[in-house]
Amino acid sequence: MHHLEIDRLTASYDGKEQVLVDVSIQVAKGEIVCLIGPSGSGKSSLLRSLMGLLVPTSGEVMLDGEKVDYANRKSVKALRERLAIVFQQYNLFQNMDALRNVTVAPVKIRRRNAREVEEEATALLRKVGLGDKLHAYPDELSGGQQQRVAIARALALKPDILLLDEVTSALDPELVSEVLDTIRILAADGMTMLMVSHEMALVREISTKVVMMDQGRVIEEGSADRIFDNPRTRRCQAFVGKILSH
Amino acid sequence: MGGSLLEQLPLFLSYSNVSFLARAFGVTMALSIVGAVVGYTVGALLAFIRNRHVVDVLPARFLSVGFSETFRRVPFLVKLMVVFFAFEVVGMRVSMFTVTATTVALAAAAFSAEIMRAGLEALPESQWDAAESMNMGGVMSLRLWALPQSWKVILPPALSFTVGLVKSTSIASQISVFELTYAAKVLNERGFSPVLSFGSLLVLYFMICYPLNLYARRLERQLERPRGWKPGAPLLAESGAA
Repeated sequence: MHHLEIDRLTASYDGKEQVLVDVSIQVAKGEIVCLIGPSGSGKSSLLRSLMGLLVPTSGEVMLDGEKVDYANRKSVKALRERLAIVFQQYNLFQNMDALRNVTVAPVKIRRRNAREVEEEATALLRKVGLGDKLHAYPDELSGGQQQRVAIARALALKPDILLLDEVTSALDPELVSEVLDTIRILAADGMTMLMVSHEMALVREISTKVVMMDQGRVIEEGSADRIFDNPRTRRCQAFVGKILSH
Repeated sequence: MGGSLLEQLPLFLSYSNVSFLARAFGVTMALSIVGAVVGYTVGALLAFIRNRHVVDVLPARFLSVGFSETFRRVPFLVKLMVVFFAFEVVGMRVSMFTVTATTVALAAAAFSAEIMRAGLEALPESQWDAAESMNMGGVMSLRLWALPQSWKVILPPALSFTVGLVKSTSIASQISVFELTYAAKVLNERGFSPVLSFGSLLVLYFMICYPLNLYARRLERQLERPRGWKPGAPLLAESGAA
């Protein structure tokens, strides 16, 4: 049984153009699945759809064999207790310092002990290299630092699966490496991740499976070496060729 | 009453006239405060209902939009008449003060709903996504991060509108509500010079509105300040920094 099983998932914005068409992906425990593909291929929409931010129109999502009912608020709530997402634009709450951004959900939503959560959050912020920025507000942090706070915030929810949506694409090149190092630490810890990324070196380094998407569909999937060195479909060959030539 | 302004002045400033104006001043203040408190509370609720992240019920949203759009476009005097006759239609006998306070509240609700809507919509949509993905509900989001961030956008226009609201209470003199403008008219009819009667009105409205204006301006400057700003230090824009 797979940890996360996406079966023929289809979704559209406002019932018009389909952004996901029959997408099927399996994620095993501890696996790091990287989604690659051109802009508009549906990678981010897939993550949004999994979180229930974009409600699928058909298909199934199973978490440890249990079907997620996106029309049912309780089911979506239960799903969100097991999945956490980090967005491209960090989306930190601007009125809260780094520590409070990380503690707010566990304390206010999960009703956990504030002191215990604060200790864990401090440790998490130290882990992502922000031990000296606990009380800094988002507008006092660089993009890379904000993104690391966002990662710590997601980890504070103790998710079974972490979804990362192009977490480096909004960053200046010199800030990318600090976020990539954080992702490497998570990979080493055995965190199950579903990650959208254009950082091909990282994808090759940490992914256990690469899924190539285009126009809302899965075009090809396999190990990173197979996808990068021996792509089978013409579309994948063109994309990988273009990416690797840069 | 004849005589020059200087001759009229001692009689105009007699105890009975001053207390007459003071009572009218109190009524204007009471109308403004009751109307603003009730109106802003209703306005806030309307703005929350209109935000799909807070209340995801389409008919409620339509109701909120309809209320706000209708009453923002109707002149204060027309609103006053509508409220006056609405009370009559439903058979409620209420004082003119209640009619006016209800009208002020209606105006405040319609405009403040719009001001708060704009404030909430100024927040990046992505923060709502982040909150939703953490199972943070609409009301909790409002309390924890949406309102604390949107005050910056909401407060300056809300205070400016409050100044306008105080001034619009003068229209209640049309239905003989004893407030500042009505009192000035009475004094004028008693024979005092219009310069004294309406001049005192000007001074009294100024006494209410100017401090509010000053406070709005101060608040705007405060809200512009970057985090960690200390008194005396230049603002980012003033210092010429990018």
